[in-house]
Amino acid sequence: MFWRRAAHGRVGFRRSLPELGLLLLATLVLLEGSVLPLGAASSPETGITPGAGVSHGHADKNHSETKHKKPFPVLGLNYDSVKTPFEISLWVLLASLMKLGFHLLPRVSSIVPESCLLIVVGLLVGGGIKLIREEVPPVLDTKLFFYCLLPPIILDAGYFLPIRPFMENLGTILMFAVVGTLWNAFFVGGFLFAVCQIPHASLSHIGLLPCLLFGSIISAVDPVAVLAVFEEIHINELLHILVFGESLLNDAVTVVLYHLFEEFSEAGTVTVLDGFLGVISFLVVALGGVLVGAFYGFVAALTSRFTYHIRVIEPLFVFVYSYMAYLSAEVFHLSGIMALIACGAVMRPYVEANISHKSHTTIKYFLKMWSSVSETLIFIFLGVATVEGPHQWNWVFVTATVILCLVSRVIGVVGLTFVINKFRMVNLTTKDQFIIAYGGLRGAIAFSLGFLLDIEHFKDMREIFLTAIITVVFFTVFVQGMTIKPLVELLAVKKKQEAKRSINEEIHTQFLDHLLTGIEDICGHYGHHHWKDKLNRFNKKYVKGFLIAGERSKEPQLIAFYHKLEMKQAIQLVESGGGSKLPSAMPSTVSMQNIQPKNQPPPPKPTERALPQLTKGREEEIRKILRSNLQRTRQRLHSYNRHTLVADPDEEGFQDIILKKQKMMELDRKIKEMANYLSVPSHPKDSPTMSRARLASDPQAYNIKLPAGGVPTIQVDLASPQSPDSVNLLDEIGKAEQKEDSGLMMKPPESNGPEKAGEKDGWRDQQKLTRCLSDPGPGAEEDEDEPFLP
Amino acid sequence: MGATQTRSGQEYQELAERTGFSAEQIRNLHKRFQQLSGNEDTISREHLKSIPALANNPIRKQIIEAFFDKRNQHGNELGSYEEIGFEEFLMVMSHFRPPTLRTTEEEKEAMRKEKVRFLFNMHDTDGDGKITLVEYRKVVEELLSKSGTIGQEAAKAIADAAMLEVASTNVPNMGPDDFYEGITLEHFEEILKGLEMETRMHVRFLDVSTTNVYCGK
Repeated sequence: MFWRRAAHGRVGFRRSLPELGLLLLATLVLLEGSVLPLGAASSPETGITPGAGVSHGHADKNHSETKHKKPFPVLGLNYDSVKTPFEISLWVLLASLMKLGFHLLPRVSSIVPESCLLIVVGLLVGGGIKLIREEVPPVLDTKLFFYCLLPPIILDAGYFLPIRPFMENLGTILMFAVVGTLWNAFFVGGFLFAVCQIPHASLSHIGLLPCLLFGSIISAVDPVAVLAVFEEIHINELLHILVFGESLLNDAVTVVLYHLFEEFSEAGTVTVLDGFLGVISFLVVALGGVLVGAFYGFVAALTSRFTYHIRVIEPLFVFVYSYMAYLSAEVFHLSGIMALIACGAVMRPYVEANISHKSHTTIKYFLKMWSSVSETLIFIFLGVATVEGPHQWNWVFVTATVILCLVSRVIGVVGLTFVINKFRMVNLTTKDQFIIAYGGLRGAIAFSLGFLLDIEHFKDMREIFLTAIITVVFFTVFVQGMTIKPLVELLAVKKKQEAKRSINEEIHTQFLDHLLTGIEDICGHYGHHHWKDKLNRFNKKYVKGFLIAGERSKEPQLIAFYHKLEMKQAIQLVESGGGSKLPSAMPSTVSMQNIQPKNQPPPPKPTERALPQLTKGREEEIRKILRSNLQRTRQRLHSYNRHTLVADPDEEGFQDIILKKQKMMELDRKIKEMANYLSVPSHPKDSPTMSRARLASDPQAYNIKLPAGGVPTIQVDLASPQSPDSVNLLDEIGKAEQKEDSGLMMKPPESNGPEKAGEKDGWRDQQKLTRCLSDPGPGAEEDEDEPFLP
Repeated sequence: MGATQTRSGQEYQELAERTGFSAEQIRNLHKRFQQLSGNEDTISREHLKSIPALANNPIRKQIIEAFFDKRNQHGNELGSYEEIGFEEFLMVMSHFRPPTLRTTEEEKEAMRKEKVRFLFNMHDTDGDGKITLVEYRKVVEELLSKSGTIGQEAAKAIADAAMLEVASTNVPNMGPDDFYEGITLEHFEEILKGLEMETRMHVRFLDVSTTNVYCGK
């Protein structure tokens, strides 16, 4: 390890120069931003005088033309009109450059979580600006935060929320979110009030209700901070979803408590009726938020059903509908965060079934990009706002807050887990409890809520509150954020399993679902699985047909999963050049005796194993293709069974060509089968001529050009292509093969995944490829460019 | 409910030890058994088939068959029963118990093996200790059985791909002449490692007596 560190040091040094350059650039950019406003102070005057001069001149024109004309300004300075967008862009640029910078410092970023570094940067920037201008812009404006910075992060979280674990643990999550937050709020608020009564502390002006209000602000676990920290520690799915789900769902509680206590701080007293109304208000806020979100989600899904002609704006619908859901919920004082989560989670399965593959990628990357920038900005602004203040440091209050927060969190988690474990199947261990308690980070939401406090009402208290909030946020983010990673290692908490979903796991997950539902039915009680099954059936029967376009609405989940898997592999196949990974051996369909998995023989010696992978089953398949399409070659192929192919090096060249052709045949056959099966599911097999004729008129057929390497007589000519893109794709496969100088070496496949790709890539992917290629993305334009190339 | 009188606390105790259920749970399950069997001592396949809620289940046949499979009785017999008594019913149900806080790691491991074995038996219908391609295809077909003809075509492809995956994960270096006969129990365990059966494959068994759902008899 020692030598490694030294190596890193060396590399770090070599890398430090561009880093320095980056930092220098960033500071310059920043200074420019802060210096220019100084210049802006003077520009209004310069802006006015020419104007005044001109108007004056005009007025004078009537009297006399003797006023001399000012020379036409060749270069002017008008910073005012671009001020706001300019500054915003500067901040975003700074945030992105910082993020870039951190990744150039591998050692630092592995010790310190990014969020801490960003806060430090914010502090530095804030300090810098304060030195220069003696006044820091109020960047963490509440409106900006709640309407611009927070939604992308929450939408990203909601859209990609893993529904299954979330739903399975919903009870636990709700318990933590609702009861846990309530407990925290009252505990911290109550005890703080007690602390305030201490005579020396000079805090006696803070009443009970303001204390409770403060408690409610500080008690909520913050999704931004949790996301930022937990992203880097990769703990297992259960813990992640528990803490994260809690941070999302406690928004409703926070909203209600905040408004409740704020209202009543003015009034001064709380009655039982108010408490009761508070409970009802909570239900309204939470359920209302979810309903609003679900409504917008359904509308978005419905809209996406009709977008197949204009694929380019599909992502826009997703974003706008979600944002509208958020804003609509905010209008009615409902929980915007829950609306956003509900919208994203509801619309996702239907929208993904409807939109093109490119739109899906776009949505994913836009969401990640926005949420990443937002998060960075939030932490930087936290740093800047800390410098700005206003602060009033009170030792007693602040330390009491920090300690009480920690204590209440621990007690809350332990107590709740004790109760929850009675109802859970899989109990939460002490280690789990520790991580849940330790992962209760506070963040920018608490700060913004504190900022929102009415200045008049909480005259003396606001600053104390803000200082305490910032301290708690800093403490949790820095101390807890930095130490959670080593603690996770130390306690050997189970980490996230990196396995990609295999088809077997999917099959068995479904199988288990049905099995457990069946057992529950036999046992005779309506449990968890029974209702889930009912919901699924309802979904399949009514909702999917309504919201998903075309054939996909009837596609069972297993098949959809399988298609997605194939799609991924097909894309991988194409990206990797196509030719080198040949289709894996398929289980024989005719003889049904063997299943031949992919082999990993030693690197093939060309003379010996020209075609190591061709198995009996494969050969049968090829025979079938040719039998149905082209009668002539049947005899020719028959003589090339596996044994002769392998053992006959003289025929190598010809075999290559034959095999290339066979691959194309196979693609062709698969397309034919696919065309048969998709357009008319139960179509009987026709004579070759008939099927070819059908293909000629089939709009979904593709043009397959055989490799131009002197292929003998056999030609297969299908119908004209549907779109130029489809030709490109398959041409690529063809071209890639031609590029191969080693002829048709069936190189030993590298890994399990792509193995299946070749086997099935022509198969059902063609349909998906149409979908993904049919949108007029950049690919289409590439074609049009070709005539211009020499 | 004359039959319940014959079961004394003693017998429940013995069953509790063998299967791991609590006495309360056994009592409830016994009530359910009585309901399903029409107060007789044994249940046949028809009794289970007539549960209305099961009608929508695509793998209904396999589930029912699992109850009558001798391999699930923790013995070494093969074949299947025609009718089963309460003890056998309970044994099958015991495969679905969840682990508790007190379950040790070894017990969890044993539990997982048992559950995986149960699944394996459900797939391996001819009892030869291997899931062949045909059997696996059947499994996938049944899963997709409610989806019409599209399901049938896709089922074959999916099963083939899945089989390939199992083979390539477990026996990556097969030569071109080798024949992968079928998924053995070890291979099956291997591919399901990621699913953590001991925490997923369970049903909540009631401790408190509730009014039983009308089972349609």
